[in-house]
Amino acid sequence: MNAVMARLIGARVAVCVLSLLIVSGLVFIATSLLPGDVTQEILGQSATPEAVEGLRRALNLDRPAPVRYLEWLGGLLTGDPGISLVNRLPVAEMIASRLPNSLLLAGMAAAFCVPAALFLGITSAIWRGSAYDRVVNTATVTTVSVPEFLVATLAVLIFAVHLRWLPAMSYASKIESVGQLLRSFALPVATLSCVVMAQMTRMTRAALLTVLDTPYIEMAVLKGARPMRVVLLHALPNAVGPIANAVAFSLSYLVGGAIIVEIIFSYPGIARLMVDAVATRDMPLVQACAMIFSAAYLVLVLVADLCAILSNPRLRYR
Amino acid sequence: MTGTSKAERALGAHDEALVQRALRAGATRREMVSWLMAAGMSAAAAGSVVTGATRALAQTPRKGGRIRVAGNSTSTADTVDPAKGSLSTDYSRCTMFYNGLTVLDESLTPQLELAEAIENSKATVWTIKLRKDVAFHDGRKLTADDVVFSLARHMDPAVGSKAKSLAQQMKEIKATGPNEVTVTLAAPNADFPVVLGTSHFLIIKAGTTDFSKAIGTGPYACKEFAPGVRSIAVRNPNYWKSGKAHVEEIEFIGIPDENARTNALLSGDLQLAAAVSPRSTKRVLSTPGYAVFETKSGNYNDLIMRQDAEPSKNPDLVLALKHLFNREQLRSAVFQGHAVVANDQPVDPSNRFFDAGVPQRSYDLDKAKFHLQKSGLANTALPLYAQSGSTALDTALVLQQAGQQIGLNLDVKRMPSDGYWSNVWMKHPLTMGNINPRPSADILFTLFFKSDSPWNESGWKNERFDQLLLDARAETDVAKRKQMYGEMQMLVRDKCGIGIPLFISFLDGHSAKLKGLRPIPTGGLMGYNFAEHVWLEA
Repeated sequence: MNAVMARLIGARVAVCVLSLLIVSGLVFIATSLLPGDVTQEILGQSATPEAVEGLRRALNLDRPAPVRYLEWLGGLLTGDPGISLVNRLPVAEMIASRLPNSLLLAGMAAAFCVPAALFLGITSAIWRGSAYDRVVNTATVTTVSVPEFLVATLAVLIFAVHLRWLPAMSYASKIESVGQLLRSFALPVATLSCVVMAQMTRMTRAALLTVLDTPYIEMAVLKGARPMRVVLLHALPNAVGPIANAVAFSLSYLVGGAIIVEIIFSYPGIARLMVDAVATRDMPLVQACAMIFSAAYLVLVLVADLCAILSNPRLRYR
Repeated sequence: MTGTSKAERALGAHDEALVQRALRAGATRREMVSWLMAAGMSAAAAGSVVTGATRALAQTPRKGGRIRVAGNSTSTADTVDPAKGSLSTDYSRCTMFYNGLTVLDESLTPQLELAEAIENSKATVWTIKLRKDVAFHDGRKLTADDVVFSLARHMDPAVGSKAKSLAQQMKEIKATGPNEVTVTLAAPNADFPVVLGTSHFLIIKAGTTDFSKAIGTGPYACKEFAPGVRSIAVRNPNYWKSGKAHVEEIEFIGIPDENARTNALLSGDLQLAAAVSPRSTKRVLSTPGYAVFETKSGNYNDLIMRQDAEPSKNPDLVLALKHLFNREQLRSAVFQGHAVVANDQPVDPSNRFFDAGVPQRSYDLDKAKFHLQKSGLANTALPLYAQSGSTALDTALVLQQAGQQIGLNLDVKRMPSDGYWSNVWMKHPLTMGNINPRPSADILFTLFFKSDSPWNESGWKNERFDQLLLDARAETDVAKRKQMYGEMQMLVRDKCGIGIPLFISFLDGHSAKLKGLRPIPTGGLMGYNFAEHVWLEA
């Protein structure tokens, strides 16, 4: 079985690397299609043709695009994603200062959302059709339908401006204790939870219900197993695949998609870094961020797939 | 305090209390002086009353405390390289860490800063003597080499200086002594000390190429600088100016979203928030413990009618549009009154060269209709491009509505902010622009109205104007210059393809405990030079 697994993982990783390569090419083409380039953005109103030309030469942008792409790719393979065109800092350093923030926020949100969503999903599946089930369903659909910026702004207005319980900016206070950490992350995590919990809850419920409708569950019930046992021991293992996928999708959103939360709470995460990079046409930084997002996404999906395969012998031996 | 005793002599105790109350309620020094003068007091006496009152009111600045300040932008392009600074946040940071040779005061008159004396011969050869008691944050003394380096680097294209075109007038920059620099200009410019007082020409250490930290001579030393995140400035204990730099530490961040910025201020996370929108001022003022700091300035939105393109080159269309601005309505509806009515020329009333004799153009539908009929462009769809989300767009929409009343069909196109200034601005016959205040009438006219300037927004060409511009620049007699600038204001108002409805005030929100703010018309946050002046009440 180990050999089978190793081959499976190897094949998946190879596909991931190929996807990343294609993504890097696409991102490079897409960013070069954007109107204006970094020199015009740097010079702004002072972008006279000769000033642009001079700066382009100084930044080595006067060479053909394919050459620049291959050079960048070579750098990346040797572990050097290059130097920012805008502020001449190493891209690796800029990302190193932001990525932990994003991972911390995503981690806090995941630590809260995943157990909560699984709990809500499983319980609402158990009590299908009850008042509890309907409340959970309505509440999750409602929160996912309200745009993030509205949730975040309202939360700030109520809890930061009027009640003054929590800070309006989440990075601002230096974090020294667990209490401070929780205070500072309460609003962003709550906002993110509204978005990602709904999907996980509903997918868990749906996956579980599909399994609960199968004949072997009916058999278990007929044999006299208690509902809790039926759900947790008989049904849940067979629903792990779809649930793991739903969780992976939601978590990949937390890594790169928290842009609105980062903006409203002035949180220095990697999504804002990428938006800045696009706005200033800072190609090396755009590329590096895009690669990180793609890689994170691919890793999460890979892990989810492996969970599904491991939990389902039929997939394993196919 | 001599000021207070003079005030007591000039005014009765009751009147003095009134003056103080008015000042506390937000009347500016200029407003008070004009009010007192209108009431029959001589200029000198009025000045001393108000100076005394502001001084008494100002109490003694308290040392210490930390403040957190938010600007209105942040990105990885944040810089502490003065030459590359392009946004108000960059200017604010640079003035914490560096000094200039001169600094602009409340009337935009240059005052000496790192320079001890500035002399000129025919406004062409400028000799700058440096102060001898100035040291950089790392302890090294300021020398002439630092000044030569700081000025000369603007010419190097690899630096990417924003002020390259301004710097190119310096033909030769030479150290003529350990503490003396001589700059020879290509042509006379009486405003050269003004140029030296702008943020791009702040003085850095000779040979600096690494701007991951800032080492200057300024009131604050750079403890941390992370582009796109924040900077932390700590008081420079050896600052060469005495009685400045009161706060112990300034954390400067950027919050681009205006709503989030105002919320952060009102939740107590900030002591000072730049660029509060006119709509938010009511919210700030109605919250106890917060205040709005207004700076009347030369900032304007303009309607650009290209003079080298159809149909905008039609002089009757230009006049029709200029008469269509309902300036009063724009002022109250778009800016909640925080603006000053303008007259289709770019010199604002706070400028020392503003000519009050130029007749004010008013909202006149009959005249607009007359010129529109004459232009033959009635009922033709005219696309007008504006940046979405800007007050320039609101201005365009008000103009569009006024146009409908006379059969002028403006088709307002909302363009995304991203790339607006490189791809849309000035690129179509009719676009909306925004021009930030410039430190002098000369710079303003040279950048945006001279025939051969790349940002001659409307592409107009006027020989008389170009000639006056050069003459006024070389003229050192202020009265004669004022006359020339007056004629130029008239020319722009009547002939140029630019419509300027209003001069927009800068509005910053702050905690009432933060003291020491005075308006400097180059921008908000005291012309982005607040750091060494503000102090925190206990």
